Amino acid sequence: MKVLVTVKRVIDYNVKVRVKSDNTDVDLANVKMALNPFCEIAVEEAVRLKEKGNATEIVVVSIGPKVCQEQIRTSLALGADRGVLIETDAAPESLSVAKLLAKVVEEEKPDLIIMGKQAIDTDNNQTGQMLAALLDMPQGTFASEVKVEDNSVSVTREVDGGLQTVALNLPAIVTTDLRLNEPRYASLPNIMKAKRKPLAVKTPADLGVEVKEHTKVLKVVPPAERQAGIKVASVDELVDKLKNEAKVV
Amino acid sequence: MTILVIAEHDNSSLKGATLNAVTAATQMGDELHLLVAGSNCGAAAEAAAQVAGVSKVLVADAAAYEHQLAENVSKLIVELADNYSHIVAPATTNGKNYMPRVAALLDVAQLSDITAVESADTFQRPIYAGNAIATVQSLDSVKVITVRGTAFDAAAAEGGSATVEALDSEQDAGNSRFVSEEMAKSDRPELTAADVVISGGRGMGNGENFAMLETLADKLGAAVGASRAAVDAGFVPNDMQVGQTGKIVAPNLYIAVGISGAIQHLAGMKDSKIIVAINKDEEAPIFSVADYGLVADLFEAVPELEQKI
Repeated sequence: MKVLVTVKRVIDYNVKVRVKSDNTDVDLANVKMALNPFCEIAVEEAVRLKEKGNATEIVVVSIGPKVCQEQIRTSLALGADRGVLIETDAAPESLSVAKLLAKVVEEEKPDLIIMGKQAIDTDNNQTGQMLAALLDMPQGTFASEVKVEDNSVSVTREVDGGLQTVALNLPAIVTTDLRLNEPRYASLPNIMKAKRKPLAVKTPADLGVEVKEHTKVLKVVPPAERQAGIKVASVDELVDKLKNEAKVV
Repeated sequence: MTILVIAEHDNSSLKGATLNAVTAATQMGDELHLLVAGSNCGAAAEAAAQVAGVSKVLVADAAAYEHQLAENVSKLIVELADNYSHIVAPATTNGKNYMPRVAALLDVAQLSDITAVESADTFQRPIYAGNAIATVQSLDSVKVITVRGTAFDAAAAEGGSATVEALDSEQDAGNSRFVSEEMAKSDRPELTAADVVISGGRGMGNGENFAMLETLADKLGAAVGASRAAVDAGFVPNDMQVGQTGKIVAPNLYIAVGISGAIQHLAGMKDSKIIVAINKDEEAPIFSVADYGLVADLFEAVPELEQKI
């Protein structure tokens, strides 16, 4: 079984995000970038499927500027076999990303596609579902467990109030939630080995996809700051404040 | 402009998130239709017809829609899309599941998790875990939108008198199948709908200690949540997680116990009316957003609070 995994280069989740003073975007100059955490979980899941003997080949795809090769190399060091970068300096929206990926899927014909449920920059939570719709494939979003069977995959999903399990015919798309797995660290020998793994570079034009704008960001501002309140000295004082000042109990 | 709102329901009742989405939708246009897609969902449809501000309820009652499978529900919504300027759903796990499919099939963008409506085509939404708020304009003819429930008041559940129209379409993609469901059994209110939420963090030490929060929650009629740190540590299941990657809550009273206050967590609860923080580390960032902070050992403070409140 061939598995395709998508990865996105995003701001490192430990970095404090600042909005640019002209309110056009957040400031990403000289900021540490990393593999989107949900994508890292997706890579890990694919590698585990390979270790279990379910997967035979893992192809990792990213879209973005040339530097995204770093995130592809990271994924190769974690155990993916080869990489594809769709190089563009535009920041394509989810729908365009899904259209680009759909072309790669048509070429690669994977049996299973594993993606992060959302990127921690735009927080859209869309691309996996959009790709599934464009390819008319079933989807198992927000996965906390993935089991590959003969011609299907069973996905346990994190839904409001509990868990839901669905069975999907292959090929199918899975998007990862936090509890699916805990990604490993790449070992030094694997990092060295990853440098020699194949990485193909294509452009949106090669794939025949026009990257179109469907939305326009008019403004980006910091969120309203919440003022710190007071420290209370005891539980008694807390109870008194809640009852008599805030009147919430 | 007519707006289609997709109802969140469990076939027998309408979920609260629908009412918040209705309020958001009323700010986008004047006529509102509500779609109830389910199986044996007559009771949910009846409840939908009572919602103030809704003029028509469309009911698609078929086996294929029983579990809201995205493959099927998205095809149904696309069938109806021609009649609407906006298609709106609550940003619940169901809405997040089927709406991007709808957008892709219509070849339009989706605006996720909006928190304010500026005009019929311009909306605000949080990005970067709520560390920035983007104002985004849609350039598409049809706007596909999911709504963050806590950012909008609930519409009145009663007082409306919508007409009810049955749809006879059954879209079954045939490539996915519901297997089972395991819902957390609890007499407590749902996290996103509760008036009071008590959350525990890594400071709780282990899963068993959450019993202490549950006792307090039962006294206050509260829901129990957790920080991502507590979930990652395996203390409690993921569906209890409050934060950018978990549930977004905005109760009247939020009590954070043993939670340091990572940005990730604050993004999920900072719109609560009153925030109480109990933490033994007086430098914890949670105190910078708390209305009332108590620097104390939670294992002493929580039982005492439960006694005295």
